[in-house]
Amino acid sequence: MPDDVSALDLVLAGDPALFAIVQLALIVSLSAAFVAAAVGIPLGAWIALSSFRGRDAVIVLLNAMMGLPPVVVGLVVYLALSRSGPLGSWGILFTPQAMVIAQTILVTPIIAALSRQTIEDLWLEYRDELTALEIGPLRRVATLAWDARFSLITALLAGFGRAAAEVGAVIIVGGNIEGFTRTMTTAIALETSKGNLPLAIGLGVVLIVIVVIVNALAWAFRRAAERLAG
Amino acid sequence: MIRFEEVTVAVGNVTVLDRLTLAIAPGGPTVLIGPNGAGKTTVLRVAMGLLRPSAGRIEWHGEPRRAIVFQRPTMLRRSALANVRYASVGRDRTRELLELVGLAHVADRPARRLSSGEQQRLALARALARDPEVLFLDEPTASLDPGSTKAVEDVIRAIGARGIKVVMSTHDLGEARRLAAEVVLLHRGRIVEVAAAPGFFDAPGTAAARRFMAGELLL
Repeated sequence: MPDDVSALDLVLAGDPALFAIVQLALIVSLSAAFVAAAVGIPLGAWIALSSFRGRDAVIVLLNAMMGLPPVVVGLVVYLALSRSGPLGSWGILFTPQAMVIAQTILVTPIIAALSRQTIEDLWLEYRDELTALEIGPLRRVATLAWDARFSLITALLAGFGRAAAEVGAVIIVGGNIEGFTRTMTTAIALETSKGNLPLAIGLGVVLIVIVVIVNALAWAFRRAAERLAG
Repeated sequence: MIRFEEVTVAVGNVTVLDRLTLAIAPGGPTVLIGPNGAGKTTVLRVAMGLLRPSAGRIEWHGEPRRAIVFQRPTMLRRSALANVRYASVGRDRTRELLELVGLAHVADRPARRLSSGEQQRLALARALARDPEVLFLDEPTASLDPGSTKAVEDVIRAIGARGIKVVMSTHDLGEARRLAAEVVLLHRGRIVEVAAAPGFFDAPGTAAARRFMAGELLL
């Protein structure tokens, strides 16, 4: 990617390097958001419907983890995946897989905490009805998760937004390698450090447009599904 | 069928049901009446197993097959048909039940988009999908317009005609007259009077019942 052109020029010219960066950023962030949803939604539902000693402390901790510092997560994942770390044998440090792992750790608490709140609120509304219908625990979780699906899309979007905007963790575990692990945010950080502000700003605008498009698509899907399901 | 033996329900310092003893037998609808706070809803919730008595016990003749429709039923976020199917046990009678409550034409419509009266009838169909022997109804026509009230009452009669025991609460004496085979008057968590409906409405046996029927406040 040449330094002396604007991001708009690159977009209009269909620059393959830029599109590779955009593609990788989307793959990493969407993968992290979906893996985090697969873990976070059931976890949130379980906490919402369970009563156990220390539940309040778990909820406070989960909520606090929504603010996990990305560089700290990046450092921990780096140490775990480095050659001498416990997961060093996987050999995935400085790969997109490592970036997905780091972002999944960042995003899971967000999706779990928002899911917990959403499902707990719905449970208050459904409790008498589901109890009277003698619905068992697993079916309760499935029912609540399904009926809260439109709100859970918002939790998923919050997680995707966090992943897409994150730079600290992916730059540590990905290494910002051109053509391999460079994403929108790491490219912006690099161009800014090189003083190439017009390109950095242009890339930032492209990133924001992508996030808005993903959210708009999710919103349109949600509205259409709500019209069908009520 | 169901027997309440000295059932007491206390919430904090408030006694909601006070050593209530009542036998509910098969037959036409048993209607619980009484002023607000008399304990009508609590009787239904205790019988349904949603509330545990503080003292006393409830005996069922055989395994309880019961269902309830709440005053404001919660519709699941899916179609009317899916709401009934969700509750089904045994043979799927969803279509037949929607026909019974007059909602076959809105089977595919989102349940939450139905009117209050339609939601109440859908809740009746959903409760019937549990194949109950006893159906508890908590103020089933509260806040419904006269047309919707009539539609719900017609469904309640149809349910009774199928041999399902209906036990319902209402604050509407007109509705109690229209539906009840047996009346239970409650006040402050105690039974004031239990009587067959015609006799109760023609000549209440207690002074409190006469005052209640005359529209006086029971304090």
